[in-house]
Amino acid sequence: MFALNKLYLLSPEFILLVAAFFVLALDLFGKRRWQKSLPYWTLGGLALAMIASFWLLGHKEAVFGTMAADSFAYFFQLVGEVVMFMVVLAAMDYFPGRTRALGELYALLLSVTLAIVVAVSAIDLIMVYLGMEFLSITSYVLAGFVRENKRSNEAGIKYFLYGSIASAVMLYGMSLLYGLAGTTDLAVIAKTLAAGKSFPGYHWLLFPALLFLTVGFGYKASLVPFHQWAPDVYDGAPTPVSAFLSTASKAVGFALMIRVFLIALPSIQVDWVALLYALSVLTMTVGNFVALRQTSVKRLLAYSSVAQAGYIVMGLVAFNGGIRFASFDGVSGVLFYLLAYAFTNAGAFIAVAALEEHLGSSAFEDYDGLSKRSPFLAAIFFIILLSLGGVPATGGFVGKLLVFGAAIANQFYILAAIAVVNAVVAMGYYLRIVKHMFFVPATEDAEAVPVAMPTRVALIISLVGILLLGIFPGWFMHLATASGLAMVGL
Amino acid sequence: MIPLSWYLIVAALLFVIGFYGALSRRNAIAILMSIELMLNAVNINFLAFWRYLTPEDMAGQVFAIIAITVAAAEAAVGLALVIAIYRSRDTVSVDEVDLLKG
Repeated sequence: MFALNKLYLLSPEFILLVAAFFVLALDLFGKRRWQKSLPYWTLGGLALAMIASFWLLGHKEAVFGTMAADSFAYFFQLVGEVVMFMVVLAAMDYFPGRTRALGELYALLLSVTLAIVVAVSAIDLIMVYLGMEFLSITSYVLAGFVRENKRSNEAGIKYFLYGSIASAVMLYGMSLLYGLAGTTDLAVIAKTLAAGKSFPGYHWLLFPALLFLTVGFGYKASLVPFHQWAPDVYDGAPTPVSAFLSTASKAVGFALMIRVFLIALPSIQVDWVALLYALSVLTMTVGNFVALRQTSVKRLLAYSSVAQAGYIVMGLVAFNGGIRFASFDGVSGVLFYLLAYAFTNAGAFIAVAALEEHLGSSAFEDYDGLSKRSPFLAAIFFIILLSLGGVPATGGFVGKLLVFGAAIANQFYILAAIAVVNAVVAMGYYLRIVKHMFFVPATEDAEAVPVAMPTRVALIISLVGILLLGIFPGWFMHLATASGLAMVGL
Repeated sequence: MIPLSWYLIVAALLFVIGFYGALSRRNAIAILMSIELMLNAVNINFLAFWRYLTPEDMAGQVFAIIAITVAAAEAAVGLALVIAIYRSRDTVSVDEVDLLKG
């Protein structure tokens, strides 16, 4: 049984919980002038949580039988914490002036991180549901946070309506799975199903259960056809919030999908591979071709991040039952891709936020001649776009290499071919932004775009992450594979 | 004793009615109510499975209680968002909430 002296395994959770309440209390009871220090406390809490998650990598235990303290969980915790660190930096410039409830904002950003950290550790259906809902509910509030802004408002309600329908469907799937296996523990579900001991006469319910679960995870990961909320919400929500919705929140969807499918449902791998195959093709194709005809950079990035989810899910399709070091096994490709994608896409939305902050819009024309008006912003955005497109020496390239390679190594040639065509199409619209930034001269009255310090730091973190993952991917690939292995073995 | 399948059929019907309502209603409050209907269908499922399969293990009951609690939290946030929308546009019809598209 679990002993209380193992509670240190949950230290990232405790740190974030304490930090969230501390920030809230400081805002409530503190003096007015202390308000300026709120973001720094938030960043401090996130940094501590990051150190804790990093330090705990390599452990392999189950806590209370419902949460896993394994490398897989800590890997995704790190992804979430890094993204939220960048988001808080960007929020320091974006939100003052748009809202007065800054204390609540930082407390909410910390609790959303806590939600991510809890959700990715779940190894029990109840915990999976709780983690997902915790994340969803805090995200609804953040998406609609700028109440005075009609677009933010609308993003909040749309996200809420789609989200709660999807989660109700997922919960129905969970109830069927519980009924079949008689337990909510993922590992025991697998054993019961494999032994053919599921409730007699009801075995056919397994496929509907899988389908309903996929709706829930697919909605979080914005897979087509559960993606309709994504472009509207990314477009309308405050841009730093979109940065985290399109990366960390999506990573949680994938983490839970991997954990539930690999641990609880390996006996019907044939079914979920076929299902995800179809979703993968649909997601990348629809995402890319709709992105082609967008007129706002923010909305274009929204559709591009839908398309990226299609590449990521490819790694899961290509999973052939074993995770091995230095091989194209799919799952470690997914993990690496999500890490690289977190740095890249969060950076992309923060770059958009920096410009929107100044001009109040994100149409293509606003990017004309950006290389002259803000060389710093243009240069970093250029590298981010290269990474999104998958150009060598960036993290995005290595991620694509791993998942495309996994598809080819496991004989999914048609899927790989479709993905390559899609990647080429995507490069087309990424380069369209580059054209506006570097080759279209700015209009006469276009002014220089100053980038404030916190946003600068966030963009530099993104840049360092992209280049580090692109040029020295070895250690991170090792980490991704080790994390995948830890999850399967628990 | 009533067979398990009867409970499951009732739950499935309730779920489908809720799902249909959630997709076809135009009033945000009505959509919210339909979602509650779907969640209640799930709770019937949990309790029926629990009672018939593993009455000695409380997991199903606990899951149902947690689902009810989460549904309450969700409704609180949802109603707050609906109020925010109503204040800024004087409507709760989702058809008229259409600034974002493309």
